[in-house]
Amino acid sequence: MIPPEVFLTFILMLSVFLGFELISKVPATLHTPLMSGANAISGITLVGAVGLAGTGNHDLSNWLGAAAVGLATINVVGGYLVTDRMLAMFKKKEN
Amino acid sequence: MDILIQFSFVVAAALFIFGLKQLGSPATARRGNLISSIGMLIAIVSALVDQGIVEYQFILIGIALGAIVGVAAARLVQMTSMPEMVALFNGFGGMASLLVGWAALSPTAGTFNLVTIVLSILIGGLTFTGSLVAYGKLSETISSAAVMFTGQQVVNSLIVLSILASAFMFCLQPTDPQWLYLVVGLSLLFGIMAVIPIGGADMPVVISLLNSYSGLAACAAGFAVDNNILIVAGSLVGASGIILTQIMCKAMNRSLANVLFSGFGSAQAQGGEVEGEVKPITVEDAYYVLEAATNIAFIPGYGMAVAQAQHVVKELAELLEQNGAEVNFGIHPVAGRMPGHMNVLLAEADVPYDQLLEMDEINPRIETVDVAIVIGANDVVNPAAREMESSPIYGMPVINVDHARTVFVLKRSMASGFAGIENPLFYKDNTRMLFGDAKESIGGLVREFGS
Repeated sequence: MIPPEVFLTFILMLSVFLGFELISKVPATLHTPLMSGANAISGITLVGAVGLAGTGNHDLSNWLGAAAVGLATINVVGGYLVTDRMLAMFKKKEN
Repeated sequence: MDILIQFSFVVAAALFIFGLKQLGSPATARRGNLISSIGMLIAIVSALVDQGIVEYQFILIGIALGAIVGVAAARLVQMTSMPEMVALFNGFGGMASLLVGWAALSPTAGTFNLVTIVLSILIGGLTFTGSLVAYGKLSETISSAAVMFTGQQVVNSLIVLSILASAFMFCLQPTDPQWLYLVVGLSLLFGIMAVIPIGGADMPVVISLLNSYSGLAACAAGFAVDNNILIVAGSLVGASGIILTQIMCKAMNRSLANVLFSGFGSAQAQGGEVEGEVKPITVEDAYYVLEAATNIAFIPGYGMAVAQAQHVVKELAELLEQNGAEVNFGIHPVAGRMPGHMNVLLAEADVPYDQLLEMDEINPRIETVDVAIVIGANDVVNPAAREMESSPIYGMPVINVDHARTVFVLKRSMASGFAGIENPLFYKDNTRMLFGDAKESIGGLVREFGS
C-alpha cells in the first residue's frame, strides 16, 4: 500500500506537468481570459472549506471554514462570470 | 457514497483539464470556460453531500453572500478595470486557502500535515495581501510607482527568516497558538513587502505570478485537508500561472528575479542623450496623411485604457478601412497592466481578434506600414531597447514602429514613460507627435473623416 502522502505528491507532480503542457501554446489574445479562468479554478478551495464549515462544532475552525466558503465563492462565481463576459466579446472577423 | 464522491472529483478534474485545453483557442474558449465551471459545480455538489457535513447553515450563508458579491462584481466591473478585478478575486481565493489551512489544524495533526498547513497559510496569506496591494496599484488607490527604501533587502530577509523560524516552531509546538498567529501575521506582511517595490508597468508579471500562487495555496490546502481535487486543480492553476509569468518576463527580456527585486521604475532617468527635434502635428494634418495611407497599424498601450479610447479607435479603424486602407493592430505582450490587456479592451470595442497581430507577426511587415499610430504606448515601442546599450530597457523586444514610413505618437505631453526612460522614437525624422488626450485626438480624426 502506498502511503497517502506519496500518493498525493504523485498527483501533484503529474498535475504540474499537465498544467505546463496545457498552457504553453496559448495565443496572447487569450492571456487575460485564461488567467481569470484559471483564477476561478483556484477557488476550488471552496470544496475543502465546505467540509470545515459544516462540522457543526461551532468552534474556531468552524467559523474559519465558513469565512473561507464565502471568500472562495466570490472567487469562483466572480471568476467564471467575468471570464465568460470577456470571452463573449471575442469575435472573428465577419465575411 | 464516499467512493461516489471521490469518483465525481475525478470527473471534475477531467472537466477542468478539458476546459483549460479549450481555453487555449479563441474559437472554443467560451465553451472551455463553461466546461470548467461545470466541473466546479460537480465538485462543489459532491462536497456538499459528504456525510461528514452535519450542519448546512454556515455553508449556505457563505455561498449565498459570496455568490451575491461575486455576481455583482463581475457584472458591474468596467472592462478597463479588469486587471484590478482579477487581482481582487485572486486575493480572496488566497485568503480562503489561508483560512482552510488554519481551520484544518487539529491536535492530532502529524508533521507532514503541519507542514502543509503552514504552506497553505504562508502562500494564501501572501497571495491575499500581495493581491490587495496589486489592486491598489492598478486602481491607482495607492501610487503605482515602485516603493523602495534603504535597507529594504535587509528588512525582507528578516521577514523571510522570521517566517521560517516561526513556521519551524509551529511544527514543533502546534498546540501553542502564538506561533500560528506569528506565521499568519508575517505571511500577510510579506505579501505587502513583496509587491510594493514593483512598479505599475511590471504588473502583468505580478498578476500572473499571484495567480499562480493562489493555485499553489489551494494545492497546499488540499494537502492540509487531504483532498485530491484541491491538489489537482490547484497545481494546474499554479503551473499555468508560472508559464504566463515566464512569457511576460521573456517579453521584457528580464529575469523574474529582476522584476521582483530590482525596484525597476523607481530609478531616476538614465541613459544617453537623445538628439533631434520633436515635430508636433495637428489633427487636420494627421487626417491628410491618414487619408492617403493604404496600410495602417495601431499600437495601443496602457494610455489607451486610461483614456478609454478603445471604442473611438475602432471607429477610426472602420473609417480607414472604408477608405480602402488595410488596418491592423500590433499588440506587445506586456502592453497594459495584465497579460492580454489590450486584446480584451479591443474585443470590447468589437475589433475582431484576427485583426490583432502579435509582436512577432507585425515586426516583419512593419516596413510596409505607411502610418503606425502609437496610442498611449511608450516603452514597448522604444527603439532605445535596440539602439542604446545604456538604456535600462536595452534588449527588451519592442515593436519597431520607427521602421514604419510615418509614426504618429498620441501622447498627453512629453513626459517620459514609467522609469523616466527617454524615448528616442519621439525625436526620429519620421515621427509626428499628436499631443492631447488620446480619446479626443482620435475623435477629432473621426470627425475629419466624417466631414
